Amino acid sequence: MLDERDYRFASTGTRWLVTAGAFVFTGALAWAILSLPSEGPGLQGEVESRLAESGVDSRVTAVLLNFRAYDTFLEVVVLLVAIMGLRAIRLGSEESLVKETEFSPLLLEFVRFLVPIMIILSGYLLWAGSKYPGGAFQAGAVLGAAGVLLLLSERFRVGSIGPLMERGLLALGVVVFGLAGLLCIAWGGVFLEYPEGSAKAFIIAIESAAAISIAATFVVLFAGRSLSDPNDAVLHDESGRHR
Amino acid sequence: MATMIWVFDIVLGLGLLGLAWAIVNARNIYQAVVMFIVFGLLIALSWARLQATDIALAEAAIGAGITGALFLSTIGRIRAIQRDRGEDEKPGIEEIP
Repeated sequence: MLDERDYRFASTGTRWLVTAGAFVFTGALAWAILSLPSEGPGLQGEVESRLAESGVDSRVTAVLLNFRAYDTFLEVVVLLVAIMGLRAIRLGSEESLVKETEFSPLLLEFVRFLVPIMIILSGYLLWAGSKYPGGAFQAGAVLGAAGVLLLLSERFRVGSIGPLMERGLLALGVVVFGLAGLLCIAWGGVFLEYPEGSAKAFIIAIESAAAISIAATFVVLFAGRSLSDPNDAVLHDESGRHR
Repeated sequence: MATMIWVFDIVLGLGLLGLAWAIVNARNIYQAVVMFIVFGLLIALSWARLQATDIALAEAAIGAGITGALFLSTIGRIRAIQRDRGEDEKPGIEEIP
């Protein structure tokens, strides 16, 4: 499988230089952090005082999806940009390999057991994010890992969803987030200023869409190719057959 | 009890430093990636110790899980491409005699 010859990926001198540089940088960081005042005021007071109006009970979620929702919106956009970058690299690359994996019954049983649990766990993390640690990114990451497992065990085959579905899933987070923001404008506020009392509904809708998008992004990034197009840059030999 | 927490923290910190050293000095890329995954898990523990539970969850799932899987998948692909091209080793890598 993987070649495990003994080699190091840089010369000894380079490695020592990198290690020394890392130590110096870490030392500087440590000194900077240790010289911070240990009891800073921070913004905890402000967040606590407005927590009730934010629609959620968790300070982290309130800040991420209410007080600083615009930043989170841009983070979700960054994920979509990463996928666009992947597409750009794919279009310019001829190398792609159809991996031949042996059928592994152990992996299959593992996946059968784990994927339903991961889906439920992802839903729980999404819902519990309003009160306990959790939220859209965590839920999306677990769901994405479930998708990666399905891809690895070939339960999900490339080409089994259409291109519109694939792109729709990838863009869902940005679209819903943006539409929510525009809806807020229509309701008389600025972009992403939730109207009175509807913050919780907005947050749940945005988080669900974002979680789905994040999961799809991870699966596509892991696959490294389009999930809907079986001919995505597959190598063909002279006779035109798959290699 | 407080001493035990201190010991745990110190061991965690030293483990992180030691792992970082081992990653840079790994015998081969595969080993480095596996240790990177362990590093991600220790970082998730550190976040939990700093009471940033949301980040700890995200780090465990993304930093250790997804990134590790991406790295391993990339190594497999690089090897396959090299085999396809008929190359034997990447330039810039020295073999340990």
